[in-house]
Amino acid sequence: MQAVAWFKDVGIADRPTVGGKGGSLGELTQAGIDVPPGFVVTTAAFEQFLAKLEKIEPIRPKVEALDPNDLGAATKLSEQLRARLMGEAMPAEVEDALRTAHAELCADGQPVAVRSSATTEDAEDASFAGLQDTFLWVLDAEAMIYYVRECWASLYSVESMTYRRKQDFPEEGVAMAVVCQRMVDARCAGVMFTRSPTTGDKSVITIEGAWGLGSAVVSGEVTPDKWVLGKITGEISSREISDKHARQVPAEGGGIIEVENGDDKRSVPCLTDDELLALREVGRRIEKHYGKAQDIEWALDQDGKVLLLQSRPETVWAMKDAEAKPAVAPGTNAMSHVMGIFTGGTKK
Amino acid sequence: MSTDAKGFPLPSSIKVVPGTEDAQAAYPYYTQFVPEDDQKFWFYNSMHFPEPMHHFDMITAEAAYVAMGAFNTRVHVLPTAKGVDHRIINGRVYIGGVVVTDPEEIAERVEEFQQRAFYYYEHWEDLYAQWKDKMKALIAEAQALPSPSLPKYEPVETFKEGDAVPASHDLLKVYQQQIEGYHRMWHHHFEFLLLGYGAYMTFFEFCKKAFPEISDQAISRMVAGMEAEIFRPDEEVKRLARRAVELGVDHHFTDDMDIDQVLADLDAVGSAGKDWLGELETSRDPWFNVSSGDGFYHYHRSWQDDLSLPFAALPGYIEKIKAGTNIERPTEQLIEEREQLVQDYRDLLDTEEEKAAYDELITLAHRVFPYVEGHKFYCEHWYTNLFFNKIREFGALLAEHDFFGPDGREEDVFHLTQYELESAIIDLMLSWGVGAEPRGPKHWPALVEQRKAAIAEWDKHTTPPALGNVPDAIDDPAINMLWGITRENLDSWLDDGSENDKELKGFAACSGVVEGTARVVKSVSEISRIQPGDILVCQVTNPTWSPIFQKIGAAVSDIGGSMSHMAIVAREYGLPAVVGTGKATTRIKDGQRVRVDGGKGTVTILDDEPALEDA
Repeated sequence: MQAVAWFKDVGIADRPTVGGKGGSLGELTQAGIDVPPGFVVTTAAFEQFLAKLEKIEPIRPKVEALDPNDLGAATKLSEQLRARLMGEAMPAEVEDALRTAHAELCADGQPVAVRSSATTEDAEDASFAGLQDTFLWVLDAEAMIYYVRECWASLYSVESMTYRRKQDFPEEGVAMAVVCQRMVDARCAGVMFTRSPTTGDKSVITIEGAWGLGSAVVSGEVTPDKWVLGKITGEISSREISDKHARQVPAEGGGIIEVENGDDKRSVPCLTDDELLALREVGRRIEKHYGKAQDIEWALDQDGKVLLLQSRPETVWAMKDAEAKPAVAPGTNAMSHVMGIFTGGTKK
Repeated sequence: MSTDAKGFPLPSSIKVVPGTEDAQAAYPYYTQFVPEDDQKFWFYNSMHFPEPMHHFDMITAEAAYVAMGAFNTRVHVLPTAKGVDHRIINGRVYIGGVVVTDPEEIAERVEEFQQRAFYYYEHWEDLYAQWKDKMKALIAEAQALPSPSLPKYEPVETFKEGDAVPASHDLLKVYQQQIEGYHRMWHHHFEFLLLGYGAYMTFFEFCKKAFPEISDQAISRMVAGMEAEIFRPDEEVKRLARRAVELGVDHHFTDDMDIDQVLADLDAVGSAGKDWLGELETSRDPWFNVSSGDGFYHYHRSWQDDLSLPFAALPGYIEKIKAGTNIERPTEQLIEEREQLVQDYRDLLDTEEEKAAYDELITLAHRVFPYVEGHKFYCEHWYTNLFFNKIREFGALLAEHDFFGPDGREEDVFHLTQYELESAIIDLMLSWGVGAEPRGPKHWPALVEQRKAAIAEWDKHTTPPALGNVPDAIDDPAINMLWGITRENLDSWLDDGSENDKELKGFAACSGVVEGTARVVKSVSEISRIQPGDILVCQVTNPTWSPIFQKIGAAVSDIGGSMSHMAIVAREYGLPAVVGTGKATTRIKDGQRVRVDGGKGTVTILDDEPALEDA
């Protein structure tokens, strides 16, 4: 397997090698959704690097030998492994592949986002992979490679290692994919649920958004504007425009900073009705593609173009559904419903 | 939760406006409040009777409640609700439902109702086809009634060819037949109404349960009918606009035209003008038999009697046709959209059971819908128009015999109750036969004056939205369906006054946000004041106002639920609308700038100054 896989060449089935995030972005790209271009540093790249490191000094056996209750030892091992992952040379073919891919992706020096992409369902739990790392507005190949290493190193955080030991997971196969994606200088961004987070209604789409990069909404630092749209009808049934005091924007030397919003932005809706409808279209397409409700991250670039940053299945209501709530009792017919109307409140 | 702390005034505490006692007493004894009525909950039927009632117009309430009661209580046998009682005070109609609470009686009625309702739902299409025949026969009967008149001498044909019964007897016969026919019409009206609304509501409730955040609008669009008669009048106006362009006479129709002049001009300009007038006649019968109100008051005249509404719409349609804009109602596209909507929502349901119930309920809703929307044209519009016009003929005859004084007009007849009118007719019959002066000219003018004054006085006073203690629950399905009254509504009525006085809330009828100049329009005669882009503010609109929907930016009404006819039509036209605001016509001043949010159901007054006039 190659060290690098482009979004257009992977899908959700490739999760073991490109991770959930990478697989989903690939899947969406293949489905014709506008996803900012990018590639995944596959688990093969990680394995090659690890193999090189293991030859010098063992890694996995040390983790497997760790006593999860010995916090001191875990801390010491974590520091040591992190230093190795961050400092020791990568195999030349891996580094070349990353540099080549970066040059292709960012021919005009565009900034990228670097995100960890966990390979198993369990791994999406933060306790497994340490933090779900995200590094925004990364300016060059050097910095990108640095953050790829950061993502890999997060596998050896204290929390991550002790969690694996407590669960008694074999270290063999513990790997991390990393997504490198061209970054959008978002005019506004946010999240979209293709099912009501409050009632579980599948016939509505809830959109939340704020000015600037989506990180402000995802982290909860800004109260976003919120709309409810009919999934099928497109009618906008609820609008809550909030006071958006600040927004996150790219910093000059890389990374992001927060700036105050002026009066021209604070209480002004960050999306027009047409943009809301365009988002709804995208939401419906993605939901249809996956056949289940989705939790989506989106951004609008400076020209107002809708771009998809992430999509994952909605879980809260899916779980409640599984627990039951039939809207109709089995065996009822239309007449019994009509009777319900005509006997009204006295029907016990 | 104490209901005592928050209650409406008791009926006994409502005083007759001083000086109007005699006019109040003239309403039938069985409509007067009595002390026992304090035990019951009543609400003001502002939906159907938003203005003080002329004494004759009370027949509309009476005949409707006779019929509704008979169907609920004895024909369909609704399990938990019988009819509604009605009372009148200061010209305002209050109603209160009669509910069944005894479990044994309910059980017995459930049994009956199931069989009867099932029969109707099973045979709906056939029964509705028969219903239309019955209605058309009834209309034909009313049309065949001769105009009342009294010759100096009975023509010889009366005894040579006829049955030798003189003309005076025809007065009584025609009057009584007309009253009987009106009652019969209301029985026809209620034959399907509750069952139709019930099936419609069942689908609504199912959707609300399956899709908690679905809008009423989306559900209505799934059910919306495509060929209901009520859309036809507007289609006819469009047809006339098209014919005007084709015949090259379109320049006669302008925004400030004098309709009589236009008709005279068209008659004079040769064959093209005459052809168009021929087309007009074709459209008029029967499609212009639509009331410009909702047909509940004698002064809600039809297009047939007053062409201002359809003519107000002609210039706009002509302009669009000439600009090449398609003004046709895209029926096929609407049907396609409806089918798609039904399918798309179905796809969201989880289980096969839910899908099966959904299929049955939407089928039932579609089955009943032609009646739900269509009956109004035959009942409240066409027949009612014939009815009031026949009474008007009696008014003309009585006025001719000075019954309403030297300045009396035919319209004065509506200040008499139906029973008083019959006595006036008998007075006239007597005097014609006796050859003596009738007593009426000395008796009625003072009473007409007294009642005119009373109605003017009552109109100045507001009336409480409800009377008596609020029940814990409104269990009456008929009241829920027809008036949209729920416990929550009542609470919001009680909370009145604390709300933001710049914002009115109503039902979101059709989404879209529009700002514009408010035109508070009380009757069709004011229609020429409406400028393109204005926001129509009125007490109640109905589909017959739809021709001007092309011209305005949004519509706001005092009365109507999200399933009201105006709401349904606004959705058809994609016109932002808020209905059932309760008080838009009193709170919004003509000329104020307002913002209508049809998706949220709010109307915001944007100007400050004119509102001060209120203080």
